[in-house]
Amino acid sequence: MLQSVLEPSTAENATLFHETYLAAYRFMLTARLLDDKFAALGRSGRIHGGVFLGRGQEALSAAAGVLLKPGDVFAPLIRDAAGRLAFGETILDAARTYLGSARGPMRGRDGNVHRGRPQEGYLPMISHLGAMISVVNGILFARRFKKISGTIGVASVGDGATSTGAFHEALNQAAVEKLPLVLIVANNQYAYSTPVSRQFACHDLADKAAGYGVEADSVDGTDLNACLETIGRAMTRARAGHGPQLVVATLLRLCGHGEHDPADYVDPKLKNSSLGRDCLKVAEEFLLDRKRLDVAQRGTIREEIIREIEAAIAQAQREPAPDPFSEEWRAIATKHLSETHEES
Amino acid sequence: MSLTYLEAIREAQARALRDDPRVFIYGQDVGVFGGAHKATKNLAKEFPGRVLDSPISEDAIMGLAVGAAIEGMRPIVEMQFADFSTVGFNQIVNQAATLFWRTNVPCPVTVRLPFGGTSGSGPFHSQCMETVYAHYPGLIVLTPATVEDAYSMLLEAVAINDPVIFCEHKFLYYHLKAEKLPSEALPVGKARIAREGRDMTIVAYSAMVHEALEAAKELAPEGWEVEVVDLRSVKPIDTDTVMASVARTGRLLCVGEAWPWGGVTAEIIARVVSEGYGLLDAPPQRLNAKDTPVPYHPNLWMAHRPTHHAITAAARNLLRK
Repeated sequence: MLQSVLEPSTAENATLFHETYLAAYRFMLTARLLDDKFAALGRSGRIHGGVFLGRGQEALSAAAGVLLKPGDVFAPLIRDAAGRLAFGETILDAARTYLGSARGPMRGRDGNVHRGRPQEGYLPMISHLGAMISVVNGILFARRFKKISGTIGVASVGDGATSTGAFHEALNQAAVEKLPLVLIVANNQYAYSTPVSRQFACHDLADKAAGYGVEADSVDGTDLNACLETIGRAMTRARAGHGPQLVVATLLRLCGHGEHDPADYVDPKLKNSSLGRDCLKVAEEFLLDRKRLDVAQRGTIREEIIREIEAAIAQAQREPAPDPFSEEWRAIATKHLSETHEES
Repeated sequence: MSLTYLEAIREAQARALRDDPRVFIYGQDVGVFGGAHKATKNLAKEFPGRVLDSPISEDAIMGLAVGAAIEGMRPIVEMQFADFSTVGFNQIVNQAATLFWRTNVPCPVTVRLPFGGTSGSGPFHSQCMETVYAHYPGLIVLTPATVEDAYSMLLEAVAINDPVIFCEHKFLYYHLKAEKLPSEALPVGKARIAREGRDMTIVAYSAMVHEALEAAKELAPEGWEVEVVDLRSVKPIDTDTVMASVARTGRLLCVGEAWPWGGVTAEIIARVVSEGYGLLDAPPQRLNAKDTPVPYHPNLWMAHRPTHHAITAAARNLLRK
């Protein structure tokens, strides 16, 4: 996976860049089609509970996921379907979690976007925003103890999470410990229904970096090229021991907070501005313009992905749901310390 | 050689650091300063790079500990006072306590909470937090009442693969002394009969065990033999030992330093009444602190928590029923 994507200066770099761009685009498209599928399943009552999409954030998320290396740590959040796939999550894991299969990574104990495989460096989020950042810190801190070098951690948050105490404490902690953390803030202008004007008073979230003593970069979150470049640079600096890197991306959330939310509150002016452009379309145009992709290939890729998705969904839907009567109702690993008195 | 409850805690941490390279200590002022209570005195020097000062960030402290645990370490977090753990409450109960259940990945974090009241400490340096943590699934909550248990149970806490809330009582830090470190101990999960009796069972934990023993001593000349059960852990509770004691005595008084609503005393009584109703000769009673924050002034503080006087009075009442 490409570590630093600057304007390709050699033919070799150029090839690598284009391969990375194409790979990221494929993850973006997969995420979009998968999200569409979950939305449809949700509307037809096949999904229990919330459905949360990442429409509009695919470029930023895929860029992070595709640039992470095996052995790195990733704490994705609500709208990171693309990044999860790019980091190695299978469509089946996502399908199983959303459809409540007992064979999913969370075994029905948690659902929708609350999924991961901690021992593979892929952290399952808890719902409290900002809380995952210090967990990434802990993994990086422990690796330093174990003299494991060269790995980094990415934590993904939104503009809303930057208001939390957890965000503040964790970024400060990472800075004090000089951890190789890349903290990516997707400023998509809304935290549920709350516009940024009610979320923070500073001019630009990137300005916060100075307060923590860390470096920051801003990027147009709708532009995959820029995301790859900026995130790649931040990762290089983190890996080189420069301490935490803050990346603030500007984009617009192109879906509700969840599919239950019609998001009527989104300012139409934002929707019609360059901020509101669809990063997937932007990436497709980029590829088509540079003749890295033609319309026929795009169609083929799309069909392949749809087949993959449908196979995963079909499989997950056929699998058993968890059985409350064979479930082991124990929340601690140490069996002999679980309470022995019977509950009614 | 004699050592205090606090020194036993320090010795246990030294041994854990020595025996297991995965152990490290993280918290405010724990490094060179040796901790606000001196529980980690000299440990930073003896184990360079393993006893580390954190910023004042209980949320991030706990989150870091969880991450380190995922990566295979065995962190010991020192909260400077139990009362401040509420700032890290989310990470304790929603991150650490749910990790295993949600992902099958264990979370071997030990959180040391200096808890309980000492005169003059006031509302925010005196609280008993065991109730709220015991309530959440996924946590083990320990309340050692003796020097020996402070040592052996902390060692076992570090070895346990689950998040352990280790409630060390500040009043007992310098107040309790023992001749030497134990070479063997009851395992975590087992309660201890601190005093054998016949007429009544007092169930207590931590500092209240000593108040209960004092009360039992006062009642002995009157012909009453009071059995005192030291729970040692409040999650899990050794219900079997409690039930067996009530079977012997027929009368139950639960004493806790925590507040009256719910809590360990309510939990014990609920279990005994529902599973051992026939064993009781009288309604079970409980004694807790008053339903207010812990006061600062010694006059108020002395009346706020159960003391051996209050226990003796409650016991006489129960014995008369």
